[in-house]
Amino acid sequence: MEIRKIAEVLDARVVCGEEYLDRSIECGFASDLMSDVLTLDSEHLVLITGLANVQVVRTAEMADISCILFVRDKTVTPEMRNIASENNMVLLECRYSMFKTIGMLHESGLQPVY
Amino acid sequence: MEFKYEVEGGNFTKAGNAASAVKKVLKQLNVDPKVVKRVVVALYEGEVNVVAHAYKGQILVDIDPSRIVIRIEDQGPGIPDIDLAMQVGYSTASAMVREMGFGAGMGLPNMKRNADSLTISSKVGEGTTVELITNLTI
Repeated sequence: MEIRKIAEVLDARVVCGEEYLDRSIECGFASDLMSDVLTLDSEHLVLITGLANVQVVRTAEMADISCILFVRDKTVTPEMRNIASENNMVLLECRYSMFKTIGMLHESGLQPVY
Repeated sequence: MEFKYEVEGGNFTKAGNAASAVKKVLKQLNVDPKVVKRVVVALYEGEVNVVAHAYKGQILVDIDPSRIVIRIEDQGPGIPDIDLAMQVGYSTASAMVREMGFGAGMGLPNMKRNADSLTISSKVGEGTTVELITNLTI
């Protein structure tokens, strides 16, 4: 699934990385615990989280995750956006709850990591 | 090739700066991306540990073509029981650390999983030193 489709399905706002919306995403992982994210070996995944701070973006950087989707109407700070842009990431903001977001993405064909 | 980074205890906005810098160096050296990920995940967890638990610390990185040695030294409360600290789920992290998405007792186990060798020495009331060694060639 292209990142563009994820944004369309959720009516999500693209905060940065518009030029990378045609990247293909194979699966999704939802967590507010960054140490769990750091245990993943998967590639081409979208991180879905309700935690909005710099460490989420740093975690994605270390874990080679190029797309983060913030749910529950969380807002990306300028510093998060800067680090994400430096690392060619796409950041999306969505107003839905984590549960609804994941349900909609799964229905659209996005697979879990495990 | 040697690098040194300073880490401020309690300053979460800077946590990850060293891991980010090391990642750039390893990518420039054309190290396999899977190996880069193992190294930087372990280093990042270690960096977060210093920020979360210590007053201050430094990270010494020594890279040669075959391996990377990372030494994370902090001045802090130390670890009274290292075996206990290595157990998944054991944590002494504060509420603030948990709000940042860490503090679930996975840092040291994640570091061990991602390094070829992990050595910890600690003195209560003085600080902790963690040495990580990872082979850069597959």
